[in-house]
Amino acid sequence: MAATDDHSNNNAVVRLVGVHKRFGETIVLDGIALVLKPGQTTVIIGESGAGKSVILKHIVRLLRPDRGQVYFRERRIDDLPERDLVDIRPRMGFLFQLSALFDSMTVEQNIAFPIYEHTRLNRVEVKDLVRRKLAMVGLDGLQAQWPAELSGGQKKRVALARAIALDPELILYDEPTTGLDPPRADEINELILKLQSELEVTSVVVTHDMASARKVADRILMLYHGNFIFDGTPDSIAQAEDPRVRCFVEGRCTDEVLRSLREKGNA
Amino acid sequence: MLTAIGGKTVGSVMSLGRFAVFSWQMMRWLIPGLSRWRTWVRTMPLFYEVGNRTLPVIVVTGTFVGLVLAVQSYDQLLAAGFEQRMGVLLSITLVQELGPVLAGVMLAGRVGGALTAELGTMRVTEQISALSVMGADPIRQLVVPRFLACLLLAPLLTFFCDVFGSLSGWFVAVVLKGIPSSPYWYYISDAIETWDVIVGFLKSLVFGGLIGIIACYKGFNCRTGAEGVGRACTESFVASFIVILITDFFIGTFLSGVYRGVFGFKSIV
Repeated sequence: MAATDDHSNNNAVVRLVGVHKRFGETIVLDGIALVLKPGQTTVIIGESGAGKSVILKHIVRLLRPDRGQVYFRERRIDDLPERDLVDIRPRMGFLFQLSALFDSMTVEQNIAFPIYEHTRLNRVEVKDLVRRKLAMVGLDGLQAQWPAELSGGQKKRVALARAIALDPELILYDEPTTGLDPPRADEINELILKLQSELEVTSVVVTHDMASARKVADRILMLYHGNFIFDGTPDSIAQAEDPRVRCFVEGRCTDEVLRSLREKGNA
Repeated sequence: MLTAIGGKTVGSVMSLGRFAVFSWQMMRWLIPGLSRWRTWVRTMPLFYEVGNRTLPVIVVTGTFVGLVLAVQSYDQLLAAGFEQRMGVLLSITLVQELGPVLAGVMLAGRVGGALTAELGTMRVTEQISALSVMGADPIRQLVVPRFLACLLLAPLLTFFCDVFGSLSGWFVAVVLKGIPSSPYWYYISDAIETWDVIVGFLKSLVFGGLIGIIACYKGFNCRTGAEGVGRACTESFVASFIVILITDFFIGTFLSGVYRGVFGFKSIV
């Protein structure tokens, strides 16, 4: 299934065309197509190791496709040299699965880092901007803390503040709720919704947390064996008939796997 | 068997190619970066890190190598009647060979491994990817300052190794063996030429740069997990150590050829 909508291609924020990627013998992306519309939150679900994060890494060009093209605002980026990406990447925010805060910097320095890199604001203005970004994620006052002193949820929120430091047009969330307890995970979901409404950004969330997916998604895509096998709304996924989608949504393993496990158990 | 050898060879060549590309990328950021204050702001804390970590080991190594050399050579020099020239033997050995090599090995062990571990952990925890995503080139941000710190501090550390080696040689010669102090220093100043200092300086500069770039390359390319970081550190030290020895041979051979061509043979006795 190609996750595209030809009517809206002209104003697509991101467009992936026939993207193939393999690592060794493993085919991770098998010619996927994807169009992301402005202001929409797209959630990509799929089993662990399905290649969801690989899609995000193609969008920010941390990875290059083996075949196919990646466009950001209709500019092809998969073949650009690293130096030409310097102007494009600040327009995207990326929340890493492990937060990826710089250990050797305080919370304030972490958030200020991209600001110093890409703006000419003075120290006072940067401090003020950092304070506002931290306030948006509800952590104003933690500027002097070190990443090692923060809880998992706080780290994600600081990383989110850093991701939005330059007011990006596109925010990519890689497993934003993984490793958090349900209340903390819900805080992150609420933050995603809040940023969506306040900043009117385009968002892509990669997750296997269905509660999170239902809460934040305008559109859900399911990746399976290198292809999208579902593209629809959070409501429509509940009615999906494909057994692979149903198993994932209902959080149970397939009958085939279950049978195999039971046979092994009896052996 | 042949397939395995072929596979290994191809793997080594590819690895060498990746290292060359990495070094080239670093050079492309290094040269324009030298005139930017931000490069030096990033490098200053690393000067402290590298110097602070390595200096004590260098002092101990230099001192004991000087002591051992002096003790081992004394009897032979005494038998030949050259015991007052012990300082020459020690200083030439230290300034041209042992100083740069020992300082390099200590730098590789003490700092190279730590740099690899630091960058490897940053790779594993996606901090290096985070830099790329923020439009900040990780090679410019992380590799250039570390390379500069190793490159520029290696000669200074070598100097300390030479000084402490010579002082400990003096201790053995003068305090323990009763050789007069003034001939010890006189023969050193007479025998050591600017050329010897230049050779030692060049070697240490090359070793420092190689250690820096190898440590960063191994850290950037380490595999995931704690085992990956540990393995990268070991590989970093072993590669640096071997490269130091090989490079020492080639630089030594080349420069002694140049010296002979320009100044002719020099006797130290």
